[in-house]
Amino acid sequence: MSHVFLGIPTAPRGVGHLRGDRPFPEAAREALRDGQLRANLGHATSTIRAKRAAVVGELPDWEQLRAAGRAIKAATMARLDEHLLELEARVTERGGTVHWARDAAEANAIVTRLVRDTGADEVVKVKSMATQEIGLNEALEAAGIHAWETDLAELIVQLGEDRPSHILVPAIHKNRAEIREIFLRTMPDVDPHLTDEPRQLAMAARAHLRERFLRAKVAISGANFAVAETGTLAVVESEGNGRMCLTLPQTLITVMGIEKLVPTWRDLEVFLQLLPRSSTGERMNPYTSLWTGVTDGDGPSEFHLVLLDNGRTATLADEVGREVLHCIRCSACLNVCPVYERTGGHAYGSVYPGPIGAVLSPQLTGVEDNASLPYASSLCGACYDVCPVAIDIPSILVHLRAEHVEAQTRLTPEAVAFKALAKAMSNSRLWRTAQKATRLGRLLARGRPILPATLPPPASQWTFSRDLPTPPKETFSEAWAREHRR
Amino acid sequence: MRVALFATCLVDTLVPQVARATAVLLQRLGHEVVVPPGQTCCGQMHVNTGYRREAVPIVANHVRAFAGAEAVVAPSGSCVASIHHQQAMVARRAGETALAEEAEALAARTYELSQFLVDVLGVVDVGAYYPHRVTYHPTCHSLRLLRVGDRPQRLLRAVRGLELVELPGAESCCGFGGTFSVKNADTSTAMLTDKMANVLATHAEVCTAGDASCLMHIGGGLSRMRSGTRTVHLAEILASTEEAVAPDQATAPAVSR
Amino acid sequence: MTARDEVLARIRTALGPDRPPPEIARDYRTTDERTVAELLAVLTDRLEDYRATVLRCAPDAVAATVAAALDAGLGAGWDPASVVTAPGLPGPWRPGGAAEDDGRPAAELAAFAATLTGVAVAIAETGTLVLDGSPLSGRRALSLLPDCLVCVVEAGQVVSGVPEALTRLDPAAPLTMVSGPSATSDIELNRVEGVHGPRTLLVVLVA
Repeated sequence: MSHVFLGIPTAPRGVGHLRGDRPFPEAAREALRDGQLRANLGHATSTIRAKRAAVVGELPDWEQLRAAGRAIKAATMARLDEHLLELEARVTERGGTVHWARDAAEANAIVTRLVRDTGADEVVKVKSMATQEIGLNEALEAAGIHAWETDLAELIVQLGEDRPSHILVPAIHKNRAEIREIFLRTMPDVDPHLTDEPRQLAMAARAHLRERFLRAKVAISGANFAVAETGTLAVVESEGNGRMCLTLPQTLITVMGIEKLVPTWRDLEVFLQLLPRSSTGERMNPYTSLWTGVTDGDGPSEFHLVLLDNGRTATLADEVGREVLHCIRCSACLNVCPVYERTGGHAYGSVYPGPIGAVLSPQLTGVEDNASLPYASSLCGACYDVCPVAIDIPSILVHLRAEHVEAQTRLTPEAVAFKALAKAMSNSRLWRTAQKATRLGRLLARGRPILPATLPPPASQWTFSRDLPTPPKETFSEAWAREHRR
Repeated sequence: MRVALFATCLVDTLVPQVARATAVLLQRLGHEVVVPPGQTCCGQMHVNTGYRREAVPIVANHVRAFAGAEAVVAPSGSCVASIHHQQAMVARRAGETALAEEAEALAARTYELSQFLVDVLGVVDVGAYYPHRVTYHPTCHSLRLLRVGDRPQRLLRAVRGLELVELPGAESCCGFGGTFSVKNADTSTAMLTDKMANVLATHAEVCTAGDASCLMHIGGGLSRMRSGTRTVHLAEILASTEEAVAPDQATAPAVSR
Repeated sequence: MTARDEVLARIRTALGPDRPPPEIARDYRTTDERTVAELLAVLTDRLEDYRATVLRCAPDAVAATVAAALDAGLGAGWDPASVVTAPGLPGPWRPGGAAEDDGRPAAELAAFAATLTGVAVAIAETGTLVLDGSPLSGRRALSLLPDCLVCVVEAGQVVSGVPEALTRLDPAAPLTMVSGPSATSDIELNRVEGVHGPRTLLVVLVA
């Protein structure tokens, strides 16, 4: 069943950051030429791969946890409506207010209104993929509200007027020297003798934001998990900026995709083991905050939860593709992906890059709005192996390729070729004839063992970097038949 | 045992010596080899490019061609993986339940070469002789879909005269990925470049693998660079013997016809 | 139709009427056979691995060990008035002259050099301390703003893994799981300690 068929709307155009402005191969071509980018990514991803492998290897029951994580998420999706209603009831009982947003524009409008109601003209933000996805900062800015990103990597991206390129570490494409340069250029009170030592850079961020945390009246966060049966929200972080935002301001607004739910409190015992080891390669991240509504004398007195659809229900309608809603945004798949490692995240166009982005973004927007992404993979399968909830990303990539092909109303030259080839391959007699045609290549080769380096398209896409052997005089099956003729 | 050889479309058409070597090897081990004449392709390229509906008659042809075979062996990890993981799926999606069941039954009798040798025939030393410095690239689908593990290396270590050197970054994809190599040619080439750098760092004469397609990719790159390192399929190495290695063909496949 | 009704309707359309939830096998580890002594050793190892300092002591030596921890965190000669404690912290654990948190504004809390609290639970395998907003753990801001955090952990509070810890916690309480000092992996994916939260974490382990 496909979402198009059911008429469930996907994420709207013109708002948020789920669509690139050019196809992946084109964006990738440019990124591949950036030697600094490739060095930075190669260094960072190989570091994190080793760390992840070490802490995952420590757990004798990793595969059992993975299977449980997968099953819990599948069970969540099967009863998503009921769990959301339960969450809403529990959060409301505990003094929170729940809002529902059909899409990015509606979520932005809700948050903007909530901030305006407090009279604040600035907010502090915890790193959140959902708010990146909907373009909340731009929406707030348009309403005269400044959003301070407080996560170090988000801060680097914001100060550098850059775009995030990784789910966990949005500034992964920048190295320490580049970060130092951004800080020196953009932080008003920075120590001019700032070096590129990571600890010093972290200290500079601390000094830059400390005052803002203490004066902020409103904070905006995402959520890693929400527990339906208790109404508990969870934010998993490292720096303490999350705790600052979740604790100090009077008003907390949390924007959460509707798929972030788990049914029971006990389910957290699985995900709090899977997530840190998969994301930062730590046994546990430095800080995990869990809160349920509001608590007198501890933390914000006002709590709003915005539940966001924005293409998620459309994704849920696809029986194969819905598995991407199990994603816990650990980014392990990015770190092992040979494509991501070389192109970086910007080439994917969406805030969700890498293997998970290549299956998530096209489903949130509808495949035709991100048609090049399902092809941005060699199907090597490394992503599936590391996924803490065992999402079969390669199979979903292949499924979305088919969805794209089947959505075409006009016959493309590629489709003509594949249909003709399929016809030949469905009948061995036709196939033997087709095989003989490859022997025309022998004319081009003029007796040399390889074909000329310049062939017409699409073969040129192969021969620009690799030789192609000259087709043999005789196929194996022809030779075998000749030898075994009675 | 009577073994049906599935040459695969790519090997049959472009590198027939790999199918030949597979047949010679199995015969040398005392098995009867048949090459069902109706065979064409497993349908993987169609499925992976998005033409899963078009793949259904290809799957039907494959199932028809190998009907009745006791065991099917192919010198290609990715084709065997497609037979195991995709054929029944595309048939079922197209509503061809009977075909899906037949494809599943056939998949259960279909083996990648190294798995067939080690698991079914129970041999590690196939009596081969190949006096060369060789590095092994564990292709993605053999590694992650079929989980062939260290079977190929065990087979290679038992080859007389062969020096097996470890490939750095072995488990990284070479960048082939079927139509990925054409649709995302730049990224594919970037991956290939890094794979070649690792292959060349081993100073091996030969880079081997269980997939002719990945080898055509790596070999095509090495050839373009005028490198002295060649790609030779695992089947060709295992088929080589003292008698079959020509003195003037240091790293060429021993069975060249 | 409200957004709420529409989103719910979309979910029901997407899933259709036939949607049995799958079985969840919880065959991962939920208990542990290790002795308390072994768990304490694991906890110490994991805390130290993430640059926390662990001081172990007997139940009658908590005050002296807390003082030693503050020596390590603030340097000898620290001012007791620069230390703030959780309101429910046992009297005998407190340094003489330390302030008690009374819900003062964050900016005032931030002026303290160090905070002293107890914990609700500690998880050995992950090196995690869980604070639950109770009088013993204190409110969340208390363990966040001062730059040095000293936590007293009693042996009976130590469990082996995450599953056991969650059974001991109240989901309705504001919970903070602390694993080492504040840190970041945002620069080249290498862990660096000390960003916005306390840059120094000292643990007094009482057994």
